Amino acid sequence: MFYREAGQFKTSYQADVAIFPIRQDRIAIALIALTAFLVIPLLATSYVFTGILIPFLILSLAAIGLNILTGYAGQLSLGTAAFMAVGAFASYNFMLRVPGIPILLAFIGGGTIAALVGILFGLPSLRIRGFYLAVATLAAQFFILWFLTKVGWVTNYSSSGVITAQPIVILGYTFATPAAKYLLVLSTVTLMALAAKNMARGNVGRSWMAVRDMDVAAEVIGIRLMHAKLLAFAVSSFYCGVAGALFAYAYLGTVEPEAFNLDLSFRILFMVIIGGMGTILGSFLGSAFVTLLPVLLSVTVRYLDSNLNLHIAESAISNLEFMVFGGLIIFFLIVEPHGLARLWQIAKEKLRLWPFPH
Amino acid sequence: MQFFFEVLIGGLLSGVMYSLVALGFVLIYKASGVFNFAQGAMVFLAALTYVGLLEQGLPALAALPATLAVMVVLALVIERVVLRPLVNQPQITLFMATIGLTFFIEGLAQITWGANVRGLDLGLQDEPIQWVTDATGMAISKFDLVAAGVAAILVTLLALFFNRTRIGRALRAVADDHQAALAVGIPLQQIWAIVWGVAGAIALVAGLLWGARNGVQYALTFVALKALPVLILGGFESIPGAIVGGLIIGASEKLAEVYLGPFVGGGIEGWFPYVLALLFLLIRPEGLFGEKIIRRI
Repeated sequence: MFYREAGQFKTSYQADVAIFPIRQDRIAIALIALTAFLVIPLLATSYVFTGILIPFLILSLAAIGLNILTGYAGQLSLGTAAFMAVGAFASYNFMLRVPGIPILLAFIGGGTIAALVGILFGLPSLRIRGFYLAVATLAAQFFILWFLTKVGWVTNYSSSGVITAQPIVILGYTFATPAAKYLLVLSTVTLMALAAKNMARGNVGRSWMAVRDMDVAAEVIGIRLMHAKLLAFAVSSFYCGVAGALFAYAYLGTVEPEAFNLDLSFRILFMVIIGGMGTILGSFLGSAFVTLLPVLLSVTVRYLDSNLNLHIAESAISNLEFMVFGGLIIFFLIVEPHGLARLWQIAKEKLRLWPFPH
Repeated sequence: MQFFFEVLIGGLLSGVMYSLVALGFVLIYKASGVFNFAQGAMVFLAALTYVGLLEQGLPALAALPATLAVMVVLALVIERVVLRPLVNQPQITLFMATIGLTFFIEGLAQITWGANVRGLDLGLQDEPIQWVTDATGMAISKFDLVAAGVAAILVTLLALFFNRTRIGRALRAVADDHQAALAVGIPLQQIWAIVWGVAGAIALVAGLLWGARNGVQYALTFVALKALPVLILGGFESIPGAIVGGLIIGASEKLAEVYLGPFVGGGIEGWFPYVLALLFLLIRPEGLFGEKIIRRI
């Protein structure tokens, strides 16, 4: 009843190709955008910004990147964090070595370098697929981190291998406060998510999906496999690279290569799977789930601990979090293997009919 | 030249240790099509449980079957709670479930037994055998030789099991197609319980050997990562592949570290196996002994 497109007629080609064709969707998106851009900056504390919102948004962007590669183009990758690292360190070097470069250009440059590296490590995908490819992408993960640690030029010969991100200055305004950084990240993520949504439903996205569903058949109907796969690697790595640059500049501040370890790659893969493969919305839902869960768990455990006088040791708490996290992942996969985005689909069907059962 | 052979043999023998972990992967993949990322965590749990039981005062002879029992119970629980509800899901979903399982088992192991690094003494000296050193001048550890022997026995047994027994054939049928196997009356649940139980036993063997060498600690879970290039080099479905792949990876990574490492700043052991396996895959996309994939429309 609330979510019904009856009576909404498309009378022009423009209406037919709109990103959000249903009025209710448009209203919801506008409300969410309004809340995110205006209400949250007024209400949130700086802990909420730096501890929850900024990492959530940045990891959403990385999850969109991986989703393009794994969810849309069907190429499983375990090297996401390494491509983020390339973006972060390349942006740092652009800022350092090109005098007067605008920081947004440095971010784009970082993304572009990441895209090139992505194409390089995407080349094997032309020959191998499935889990063989997944393990092969681990080569990217380990090689890139080793390279960033060993080659001093990349970190400007810093003795500890740690780089300190330069301040973010755009048109003379310095993004120093958490709220300002949040708005910068939010704008970037919004723009890039819209771009991804557009790509996914266009020619490019459809050829990716054809390759995902059956590459031999896709080739037969005239999709250039090499072009489609390498483009998926490039676009995906670009997204990850920009996410990595934001991770370094807007979230961490000081970065070492180890921040982009295999663990991060896995967390991003979790976001994609739990959120739903092949949906942009799923990337956000999955990122929210994976970012918020540890926070909620540790709050809950500490609350129980202090109220029930259990006196759980600190190490036991972190292990307990591990167990609950692993358990919940299995639980979600069993309950809804298509991810949280699919739950939203089901909810929409139900809303359409409500209050009637069918 | 003598140094070259010493490095080579050391590498080959350490490769055998990788093979032991890779065997567990291959077994489960071959029998259920599941890429079991939790194998490393199982190795960790097995070693930790064994050491923990020893600390409780159990004699080694009693601790071994007790640990085996724990691994089998774990296999049964995994089958019931994780695998059974996920029958006929895409492989990636099962793979993700095993990553979740990894987190769970790691947490469980450390909550039960604590996170301290412990030593494990199997009564084998990790020192060069004297008469070999005297005869050839090369240092070859007795420990490595025993590990190699254990691996050889395991591989022979598993190869016989897969090719000669009824259950082994049923396992291969399940790997090809869950639904078809169910349709011809293969009891999927029993098969999975068996195969995970056997994989648990292999994890125990690998855990004991690795634990005795490196100490029983969290880092054992990373051993699983070293088994992955072994797997793709040898082919996911091949038991001999796991052994040959292990030997190649072990030998080449040690040789590369010694001969190439100094030119690029060292530490290349971490990624060299992956790059080697990657380059190899460009020539043979299904690994050395993997089944040739034929794709039709």
